[in-house]
Amino acid sequence: MLKIENLKAEIDGKMILKGVSLEVKKGELHAIMGPNGSGKSTLAAVLAGREFAEVKSGRVTYQGNDLLEMSPEDRSRKGIFLGFQYPIEIPGVSMVNFMKTAVNEHRKYRGLAPITASDFLKMMREKKELVELDSALTSRAVNEGFSGGEKKRNEIFQMAMLEPTLAILDETDSGLDIDALRVVANGVNKLKGPENATIVITHYQRLLDYIVPDFVHVLYDGRIVKSAGKELALELESKGYDWIKNEIDGE
Amino acid sequence: MESKVNRSAEINERFVDLFQTSRGRIERNSSKLINSFRSSAMDRFRELGVPGKKNEAYRYTNLEPWFGSNYKSFFVPEPEDFGAAEDFRCEVETLDTHTLILLNGYFPTSNGGIIELPDGVKVGSLARASEIFPEIVESHYGKYAVDGTDGLIPLNTALASDGIYVYVPAGITCSKPIQIINLVEATEDIMVHHRNLIVVEEQASVDLIVCDHALSPRKFLTNAVTEVYVGPSARFDILRVQNEHNSAGKITHTFIHQERDSIAGSNNITLHGGLVRNSTYHRLNGEGAEANAYGLYLADKWQHVDNFVNIDHAVPNCTSKQLFKGVLDDFATGAFNGRIYVSQDAQNTRAYQSNNSILLTDDAHMDTKPQLEIYADDVKCSHGATVGQLDEEALFYLRSRGISAVEARLMLMFGFAHEVIASIKTAALRDRIDNLVLQRLRGELSRCATCMINCDNK
Ligand SMILES: Nc1ncnc2c1ncn2[C@@H]1O[C@H](COP(=O)(O)OP(=O)(O)O)[C@@H](O)[C@H]1O
Ligand SMILES: [Mg+2]
Repeated sequence: MLKIENLKAEIDGKMILKGVSLEVKKGELHAIMGPNGSGKSTLAAVLAGREFAEVKSGRVTYQGNDLLEMSPEDRSRKGIFLGFQYPIEIPGVSMVNFMKTAVNEHRKYRGLAPITASDFLKMMREKKELVELDSALTSRAVNEGFSGGEKKRNEIFQMAMLEPTLAILDETDSGLDIDALRVVANGVNKLKGPENATIVITHYQRLLDYIVPDFVHVLYDGRIVKSAGKELALELESKGYDWIKNEIDGE
Repeated sequence: MESKVNRSAEINERFVDLFQTSRGRIERNSSKLINSFRSSAMDRFRELGVPGKKNEAYRYTNLEPWFGSNYKSFFVPEPEDFGAAEDFRCEVETLDTHTLILLNGYFPTSNGGIIELPDGVKVGSLARASEIFPEIVESHYGKYAVDGTDGLIPLNTALASDGIYVYVPAGITCSKPIQIINLVEATEDIMVHHRNLIVVEEQASVDLIVCDHALSPRKFLTNAVTEVYVGPSARFDILRVQNEHNSAGKITHTFIHQERDSIAGSNNITLHGGLVRNSTYHRLNGEGAEANAYGLYLADKWQHVDNFVNIDHAVPNCTSKQLFKGVLDDFATGAFNGRIYVSQDAQNTRAYQSNNSILLTDDAHMDTKPQLEIYADDVKCSHGATVGQLDEEALFYLRSRGISAVEARLMLMFGFAHEVIASIKTAALRDRIDNLVLQRLRGELSRCATCMINCDNK
């Protein structure tokens, strides 16, 4: 589904991704872990089409197409979803209008008529229940005045509304209490199916108590320095990131 | 420099001549009371002239190309002109208003000039009203439109024959908004001066909607003055929607005089216009009064929109709020000058001001200037101005959900503008304005579309 080959990208002339390669197949769940500043969010941003990082070399193919050639909106319409580490507040734009526009843009792309008002309300209600999102929040402006946890839930809510093929969740778990964590994990697990794939970016192994990854990768200093099964997360938890740092930097 | 001085002197001289040669016609279509103000107003205009760039309040707006042009002055309305204007009226749909049409500054007098609405509310021609209800008009006319430096106000007093009169008696809440459709239509370039007087007596309440239209593709210049008296504990809202073409110049001066415990709101929504200058004055003249001055300006091409606000805290315990927002595209320019004056006695004053603009291009330009003159000590006052671009991160967030770049920009602009629209209290009206602004931002707003306030089928 997604194939990243030797991806290098820089921000303001500084190389941040120094040759990342990763393949994600249908039905798989990948976890990317790593210390702060190692480039996890940059990788997620490049995959979603954010232009602040400049791709210098490498290829990314998604469902056989060159992903890097696509606009952010086309990536979304083709099924890529990025859960933001820091969701943006947009005053004056209502959640309802935002979601209705997004859903209809996706439908238009698939040649479908705009969703009816009653179907849309029903869909909103179902998805809100799924992520246990306070009903009052969707009558407000996008993320405006939401607490940290509410913002993260809202990301999962949007994911549930758009039903992506490939979800990339950037530290959706950080700053959440156990309840919220369970909700996020639940959302991810519900989405999981044989035709979908998920990449969860996380700093802690905590989330992985609820979500069982098929693969765990460690991104450090712009490179994937270790890849293994779910046991790697436990090893990281007990030995800490210094273990990786020492191993790599010591070489 | 020399030629510049000569040019403005020449323009001023032309207005003096115009007054002298047209005075007979101006006065025939007006009333004795209004005519009695003309001579001294013309003297005052001679002293002040058309404001130039040296006038601090007009620093960012060059009036010369507009006032230096040749116009026919529309001094005599013909009955058949009103016939055409009446056609403009259409079925009131969801928005239920009392609708009045003012054509080139005149109110049709064929029906007597005054319309009686329920509960003693009266609307119609100011010239007629000053003959039928001289004591009311006399106690308010010319009392509030006072600005020590703006020559356009005495110019209006000297040249305006008529305009709208609205009277809401004490204790009456006018259940429907009163909508004034200001049409300018002519086969030649014309200049229009009209003068409105709104009297909202003690504990009365009314909403006024003013729609400015230019119907024919000629060069127009309007210089309009509106005086509003808001009595003790009365409530008044004026919403002005301006949708004129690029050859239309619109200058409005609105003076709102507020007595104790009154609440008055002004909202200027500028969707289109070659030159737009709105001067809005709130004088807080009685304790406990509250003034809300709002504005939204959307401009593109070479349009210029200038909002001047003057809040005069004359007495203690009053509150004022100013909120002006705008989006400027292409080469459009905007100006905001918000003055807050707190007199020495006006303790416990709260005065807030905010002006935010978005520039969509490098060529668009905004000048914003707060002007605070505070002579009391116990004052809570804040002001803030921002000029920026659309938020790139927000844009990406929307696009990352599948929303096209064009639509995402639109949503952000609309979201930005919405704060001003949200202040409109009547839900039906708010929805209409939301729609108009959205159409305007989409570039789908036709010349006529403002009438959507009044109808959907034109
Ligand atoms: N907008 C930006 N401008 C400049 N540098 C940035 C920006 N975003 C991230 N970086 C830098 O890129 C590196 C990787 O950051 P990031 O991808 O956020 O790491 P992670 O998500 O793994 O914590 C860091 O050194 C960070 O300082
Ligand atoms: Mg990060």
